[in-house]
Parts: sequence; structure tokens; C-alpha cells
Amino acid sequence: MTEPVTVRSIGTDLVRRDAWAKVTGTAPYAVEHPVRPRAYLYPVQATVPRGTVTAMDTAAAEAVDGVLAVLTHRNAPRLADTSDAELAVLQSPAVGFAGQFVAAVVAEHPEIARQAAGLVRVEYDRMAHDAQLDPDSSELYAPDSVNPSYPTDTLDGDPDAALAAAAVQVRQTYRTAMYHNNPMEPHASYAHWDSDGLTVYDSTQGVHVVRSVLARTFGIDAERVRVICPYVGGGFGSKGTVHAHAVLAALAARALPGRWVRVVLTRQQMFCLAGYRTPTIQRVGLGADRSGRLTALTMDVVEQTSRIKEFAEQSGMPARTMYAAGTRRTTHRLAALDVPVPSWMRAPGECPGMFGPEVAMDELAVACDLDPIELRIRNEPDRDPDSGLPFSSRNLVGCLREGADRFGWHDRDPRPRRMVDGWLVGSGVAASTYPVNQMPGATATIRYADEHYTVSIGAADLGTGAWTILGQIAADALQVPVEQVRMRIGDTAFPYASVAGGSSGTTCWGGAIVAAARAFRSRYGDRPGDGAEAEGTLPDNPERKHWAMHAFGAQFAEVRVRPDSGEIRVARLLGVFACGRIVNPRTARSQFVGGMTMGLSMALHEDSVLDPRSGRVVNHDLAQYHIASCADAPSVQAYWLDEHDPYVNPMGSKGIGEIGIVGTAAAVANAAWHATGVRVRELPITCDKLLG
Amino acid sequence: MKPFRYDRATSPAAAVAAVAADPQASYLAGGTNLVDHLRLGLTEPGLLVDVGGLPLHEIEELPDGGLRIGAGVANSDLAADRRVRERYPVLSVALLSGASGQLRNLATTGGNLLQRTRCGYFQDVTEPCNKRAPGSGCAALGGWNRYHAILGASSHCIAVHPSDLAVALTALDARVRVLGVDGERAIPIDDFYRLPGDEPQRDTVLEHGDLITAVDLPPLPVARNSGYRKVRDRASYAFALVSVAAAIRIEDGTVADVRIALGGVAHRPWRAHTAEQALHGAPSTVEGYAAAAARELSAADPLPGNAFKVPLARSVLTSVLTQLAEEAR
Ligand SMILES: Cc1cc2nc3c(=O)[nH]c(=O)nc-3n(C[C@H](O)[C@H](O)[C@H](O)COP(=O)(O)OP(=O)(O)OC[C@H]3O[C@@H](n4cnc5c(N)ncnc54)[C@H](O)[C@@H]3O)c2cc1C
Ligand code: SF4
Repeated sequence: MTEPVTVRSIGTDLVRRDAWAKVTGTAPYAVEHPVRPRAYLYPVQATVPRGTVTAMDTAAAEAVDGVLAVLTHRNAPRLADTSDAELAVLQSPAVGFAGQFVAAVVAEHPEIARQAAGLVRVEYDRMAHDAQLDPDSSELYAPDSVNPSYPTDTLDGDPDAALAAAAVQVRQTYRTAMYHNNPMEPHASYAHWDSDGLTVYDSTQGVHVVRSVLARTFGIDAERVRVICPYVGGGFGSKGTVHAHAVLAALAARALPGRWVRVVLTRQQMFCLAGYRTPTIQRVGLGADRSGRLTALTMDVVEQTSRIKEFAEQSGMPARTMYAAGTRRTTHRLAALDVPVPSWMRAPGECPGMFGPEVAMDELAVACDLDPIELRIRNEPDRDPDSGLPFSSRNLVGCLREGADRFGWHDRDPRPRRMVDGWLVGSGVAASTYPVNQMPGATATIRYADEHYTVSIGAADLGTGAWTILGQIAADALQVPVEQVRMRIGDTAFPYASVAGGSSGTTCWGGAIVAAARAFRSRYGDRPGDGAEAEGTLPDNPERKHWAMHAFGAQFAEVRVRPDSGEIRVARLLGVFACGRIVNPRTARSQFVGGMTMGLSMALHEDSVLDPRSGRVVNHDLAQYHIASCADAPSVQAYWLDEHDPYVNPMGSKGIGEIGIVGTAAAVANAAWHATGVRVRELPITCDKLLG
Repeated sequence: MKPFRYDRATSPAAAVAAVAADPQASYLAGGTNLVDHLRLGLTEPGLLVDVGGLPLHEIEELPDGGLRIGAGVANSDLAADRRVRERYPVLSVALLSGASGQLRNLATTGGNLLQRTRCGYFQDVTEPCNKRAPGSGCAALGGWNRYHAILGASSHCIAVHPSDLAVALTALDARVRVLGVDGERAIPIDDFYRLPGDEPQRDTVLEHGDLITAVDLPPLPVARNSGYRKVRDRASYAFALVSVAAAIRIEDGTVADVRIALGGVAHRPWRAHTAEQALHGAPSTVEGYAAAAARELSAADPLPGNAFKVPLARSVLTSVLTQLAEEAR
């Protein structure tokens, strides 16, 4: 067991510390810091999906009054490390995807930079390209591992034989679309070089990530790079890894020492330069006996990555853990295409990977004439099927039962096509899961002065509430009122923090703060003098060797479909989650509700349309790339169970930032079937797919 | 984005003179469409003449019982006008189904009618597009055309007109008042918009320098029983896949008067003359409405990417007429 913190502030719904600054617009985002003197960069992007720049005419751009520099692969400063092709900005004439940076103009004003960028003439030698994901392509390959380092394939027994012999069989192909993260604050950086090194204001989920990547890329000591990011206007994973614009900003700043060079991606540019979720094609097989017990489970996933850099989304992961099954196979195959580089998006792996299996479970429930909740309960594993370890806590059944009560599932007539007030109405359920991740190394310092404890750690608050809940954790670890704690985050001047990713922030940063508080108290006792300071680093959690650690949840959806048009609306979403101890109900609810709303959006709306001819996303703005509007999400409710898990960390908490999006789309698809009798296996569920 | 000059027009005539004299000039109203286009490089005017200060912000009664809507009236003001809501409800509902509250506050009547297609390829200067760059080709034909035309398209362009307001005005037989270098004229809205043919760069019959000053609505008792239904990919803030504007009057169980226009199906708001003719004097029955809708859509020539619009338009048109007929009783 980890040594638990005695809770006082933890569990209370403290108002967000940054709430006032956020709603009044005074919380500065990356390029809102009042730095001077400035210069503004606007990039030139490749118009071909694959090829080589053969000629570049920058004379007209250079002639524009106010232009400070035009950077191309010929004159840009050299980078020390170009092994990451996404980040090897302006180092060669090669073009790996449409939209890649091929030049950049830096000017005294943003409008001048943009105008001059339009005057740069680029010629290409265009090569044959492939931007079409084809599940039957002969060029699919198995990556060495899937994100971040899981086995590509797993095999347990002979699932094909078991499936063929099963009394009840479901074999279907499910597809999720390509999705873009689209945080409100675009990806943006200010970069500045002087004799001390490089300083960057960046919009990021991890200042230390940016620091180490830029240091490596430019070949300087990490100590000479400072990255600052107190507030982030959303990231959803797309700011968890460094993208090319941050390197471009630093590159341009190096060419213009003393200037703060600003780079802000436009919304359109975010559709090719800031990562995205790969489309997935999921071939799912479920074999069961007549009572619904799974004898075979197969999940074979095909996804895309970019030819210049591999990212293998772990969509097969949830199928390894969710249910007991006599035999099982999961595989991942990738197509390396001439497309932008995919990356993390909220719950990479779990989010798309729960769609196929959870719809297939619904199909199996229908085939077995079983309630879909009962089907899931019958397939509860007593140990994690993947690792063979017992679960530190697993309350999927509790979530399903509590959700059923709250949602009003028990009155449900399983037959589809109920009509109410001229609308077809249906309900559906799906499960969700997310692992308890922990990354090493997070460190915090605590310093006492003026009757306050100042806690410093380079953590990030993407709008999640980290500013607030880290203070609550510190207060309880120190056993002082939360008002006595001052937080400092979002700066590499503070101790190392792992990335805000994998829903691990609270575990990692909270664990470091608890360690620092314990070091502080053991050194100074309860009456520290001014200037007392202690540091603590997140310890390894030996329990992770003995337990499988996952959060679980159940998602319920009620949908309405207009019979004459197929228009579908989600009247209600309700989720119940088991995520250990909830540190702050206010910020937690907003994470769950936000995740579920994003899942609704994935179910009905989001769809990046990649034109295989150009390798570009056609609907690359928020008028065309639809995200659920308020009117689409009239009722989204989140609840949680009181779950005590002494093994995960001293707070007893599991990550909550991502699980809300997991399973939601399947619940909506299952409800859409119940409303219409039409089984949609390809997202998004649009009216044309339901119009009978 | 290229540098441009900016002028505030002092009178309609001065605005026309300024724009007509300069082939690179363009009017600026609310800017909700034009400013996006400047940023995207779709258009590069050398001079913007702001018509926002012109005295075109009134909605006035006409002697014949119709209404005159100034070109500068904001979409939100027009939608909220009591006379419009009572006498032409279709217009108010259509406006409120478009864009967002913030956009409607800025967007004007004139600008709304002249907003350009939302075709994704039109809005991306790196793509071939005959409407933006005549002769360059049409990327939508072999590309993403879910939103594109099923009626009246050509091999040069399959774009649709995005305005909801224009669809309602088409059903209402509105007239667009235009001031040009040769004086003022009124153009029936059914003659105002063009089909693409081999000149898709021209959305309307207007000449360079023509200024919309107002839109006239005729007195139209049938319009009191009118409605607008917009089918779209999310509950609000999305352009129409298909929309229907209609007004109907039933007398003794037969259709005495009917007006229908479809949106989202063609390069222009689509006045459903065929369906109207089939219905005039016919008995008011669901079967009759369905048959009329089917006749209207029989001319459809969809692509694989938008074939669903044909049954969708048929079905929704039938529903709208049936429902309005019920309300007319
Ligand atoms: C995200 C988004 C969603 C939208 N959704 C919808 C929708 O669902 N339905 C819908 O109908 N619309 C929608 N719109 C479009 C919106 O209605 C138009 O942008 C708006 O009506 C244009 O009006 P404006 O006054 O801003 O025009 P401007 O942008 O100022 O001008 C548009 C064009 O009209 C010309 N012009 C303006 N006034 C005159 C005049 N008096 N005489 C001659 N020429 C003139 C300008 O030169 C320009 O070419 C949406 C827009 C956005 C940005
Ligand atoms: S449909 Fe029309 S607007 Fe769209 S690409 Fe083709 S020509 Fe251009």
C-alpha cells in the first residue's frame, strides 16, 4: 500500500484558482506575454504531398517594406539533431506532406509577414504519393510497438478456431474517422535567443518536454533553454509533444538575436501541423456461447501514420483488458502515408479502440437476446486478462448498475424503433476504461515564508484544474489550510514535471508534492522558519508490479432521430465513473462532462475529410469541421462511485482527464440502433446513414 | 493578404461611383464573409468601400402593403421585426437558422445575399476551382462534395449557394433593388441568381459596381402560413444539407396558393416551380405532396457523395408541405 494522505481539502469543490483570470481574459496565453522587441513570423507551406523543392524565389518577399528575414532550407540555421523528421524544420528540400513548412517570413508586423509569405514562389518536383488509408493494402506493416511502448500484437489461444466454433458470432468492421484536437488557443510560441540561451513562451502540456526537445534539436544544454507556460487554452494531447512551429520559432529567433519571434498557427494550419488522431479500421470478432460468455475476442486494427515519422495509436489496448474471453487476439497494422504526422488526441488508443468492441458487444447482446449490461457483467474478468494481475480496483459493474438506476435503464424495451412525439427514440450503453499511468521523475519544492508555503513544479494546467487541485494536495500533505499554499507551475525555472498526458498529471505531480511535503515536515516539523525549503521526487510505486490499475466507467445515451430526415440528436448522456478518489468534484465534473461531450461530438459530428489527391484536409476550419455545439449537448451528466484504491498513489486517485471520451461514441451508436434499427458501424453517425 | 485602401461611402451614389470606377474595388458591409476571404486570399481587392454608414438600415412599409428591407439591416434585426414575424414568418425562421447570434448581429441583408459558396475547395487557394480561378478546374467534382448541388449544376461547378435568407426570399417572390451607374432597377429574385453554366465565377446577374440598396417583399397573404426547415449536420451553426422554405393556402381541401424554394441543392436558391404547378388546385393530401416533391426532384443529377440529398429533399419537402397544410386548416 502507498502511504495515504489524510484528506481535508482533497474532496472539496474548491473554486478554480485561475477562474477569475480565465473568464476576464487576463490569464496570459503564450503569445499574450508583453515581450519586446517583437517580430512576427508567417510560414510558407508545401502545396504538394510529396516531393522536393527545386526552386524558391524569395526576392519579392524580401523587397516588402518591414520584412526582416525570409528563411528557407538554404539559409536557415542548421539544427544539431534532425532525427525527428517532423521537427527537422527547413533543413532539407524534401517535402513529406502537404502543408509542411518550406519557408518562413519574419517581419515587423503580422500582416506584412503574411503578405510577404504569399509572395514566395516555390517550385517542386512532385513525386507519386499515397494518402488513402486502405485496409487491404499490401504495404501495411506491424510497428515495433504501439504508443507509448505496448506490444503490437497479443495472442492467447486460437481465437479463429474458437470464433468459428462459437454458438453466437459477431464479425464486423468498424471505422472511426480522422479527428483534429482543435483547442481554442492555437499552437503558438514566442522565442528569443541571447547569449544566455533560448527562452520560449509556448502553449504546451509540458514545459520540460519542450525544453528537452528544443535543447536536443539545437544541440545546447537544457539549462540554457527556458520554457514558460502558466496557462494553456486547451490541448487535448496536441500540445503534449513538440510540433514543428516551436522549432520554427526558435530557428527564426536564432537568425534574429534579441527579437522575440512570434509564431501562431492559423486554424487551417492546425489541421496539418499540430497532430491528429488517425482514422481506424477495426475488424472485430466476438464468439460466445448462448449465455453470452465470450469464447473468442479478436480486434485487428488498421491505422495510418506518416511516412516521415511513425505514430502507432494503441487502439487494440482496451480489448486486452475489458472482458474475460477464452481466446483472444489483438493486432495493429499501419499504413505509412504521405500525410501529416498523427499524434496524441484525448485518450489515444482507448478512445477509438472502444468504439468497435463496444458496438460489437451490443450486437452480441442482441444476438444472444440479452440485456447489454447483463452481457458485460457476465464477461467480467477476475484478473486483468492482459497482465494476469489482479485489479487494484475494478468497478465496471458498479458503474453499470448505478448508471442503469440513474438513467432509468430498467424500463427499457429492447426492441428498436420506439416512436415518441414524431421522433424515433432509443437508448444505448457502453463501457469505458482508462489505465492509471505514472511517469517517473516529477519533482516539487516547498518553501516556507510569510506564513505561506510556496509549492513549485513545472506542471501544466490545460484548463483541467491543476492550479487548483495541486494546491489542495499540497495543503493536505502539509496538513495546512489550502489558503496557506501558493502554487507556481508552468515554467522550467521550477523543478521537473512530466507531461500533462495519459491522465497522469495528478498522480505524478501530486505524488511529487506529497514527497516534498513529507521531506519538508520531517526536516522542519510543524513550525518551520522563513526560508525553510525541501524538495521531493515522485517515488516509484512498487505496487504497480502487483496490480493492474485502471479506471472504469459506463456511458448511457438517449438519442432521437427524425424519421423523415435521419437527423439525430443526443437528448441525454449520462456517465458513471470509478476513478479512485475525486480530488475536486468541481474540476472533475468538468473533465468528465467535457470528455463525454467530445465523445458525443466524435459520434455525430467530427470528421476530418482528407482528400487523397492532395493529402490535405478539405474541411480545415471550424465552420466545416463540425464540433458539437451547445444545442447538440442539451444534457450531459457525470457521476462517480466512491472508490477507495490504496495502491495507485498516496491520494488514492486515478486519472480522469480522458476516460470521459472513451466509450461515449459507442453508447451513442448503440442508442442510434435502438432508435432506428439501423446499425451504423462507421463514424460519424450522420443523417444520410439513418435515412431509411 | 495584400494591402488595400479603405473608404467610407458617404452616399449610395458616391459608393457606386467609387466602386464602378475601380475594377479592384469591393463593397464592405458586415465583413463576416469578405474579411474571411481577404485573410484566405480568395479575393484581393485594392479598395474597400464600406457601406455600413449608408442610410440603408430601415424596414419600411410599402404603399402596396409589402415591406422594403434596407440592404444594411442586420440579419438579427430583420429576424426580430414584428411585421416580418407576423406576415413572413418563413423569413424570420430562415434567418434564425443561420450562422450564430454574433454573426447575425453583424451580417447585413445585402451581404447575406452576396455571400459566396462554402465549397471547401473554393476557400483554399491551393486547389483548382473554376469559381475562384476560371479555367483551373473543379476540385469538388472528384473530391468532397457532400454539401454540393444535385440540381442545375454543370461540369464547371457543382457549388451551392449557402444563404438561408435567400431561400426564404425566393419563396416570397422578393425583388432586389440595385443601384448601378445607370440608375436604379429592381430584379425579381428568381432572376437575380445564376446557375453555374460555364461561368461559375458569376453568382448573380449583378455587374461590377452594382450596389444592393434594398429588398422588397410583395404583399403576400399566403406567407402568413409559411415555414422554413433546415436539415444540417449539427443542431445549430451549420450550413444546410437541404432546406425548404414554403408557404401554402388551402381552400376547401385544395391547394389555392403555394410557394416553395429549396436550399442546399443548387448554385442558387431553387424555386420549385414544377412542384408548385403540380399542386395548384390539387387536393391537399400527403400523397399529392409526395408526388409533387418527387416530380421536382426527378430532375436531380447527384454524385455518389451527395446522392442522399435526393431522397432527403423529397422527404423533407413532403413533410413541410403536409405540416403547413395541417396548420392552414
Ligand atoms: C461560421 C459562419 C457560419 C455561417 N452560417 C450561415 C448559415 O447557416 N446560413 C447563412 O445564410 N449564412 C451563414 N453565414 C454567412 C453569413 O450569413 C454571411 O457571412 C453574412 O450574411 C454576410 O453579410 P455581411 O454583411 O457580413 O457581408 P460582407 O462580408 O460584408 O460582404 C459579403 C459580400 O457582399 C458584398 N456586399 C455587401 N453588401 C453589399 C451591397 N449592399 N451591395 C453590393 N454588394 C454588397 C461584399 O462586397 C461582399 O462581396 C455564416 C458565416 C460564418 C462565418
Ligand atoms: S464546386 Fe464550384 S466552387 Fe467548388 S471547386 Fe468546383 S468550381 Fe470551385
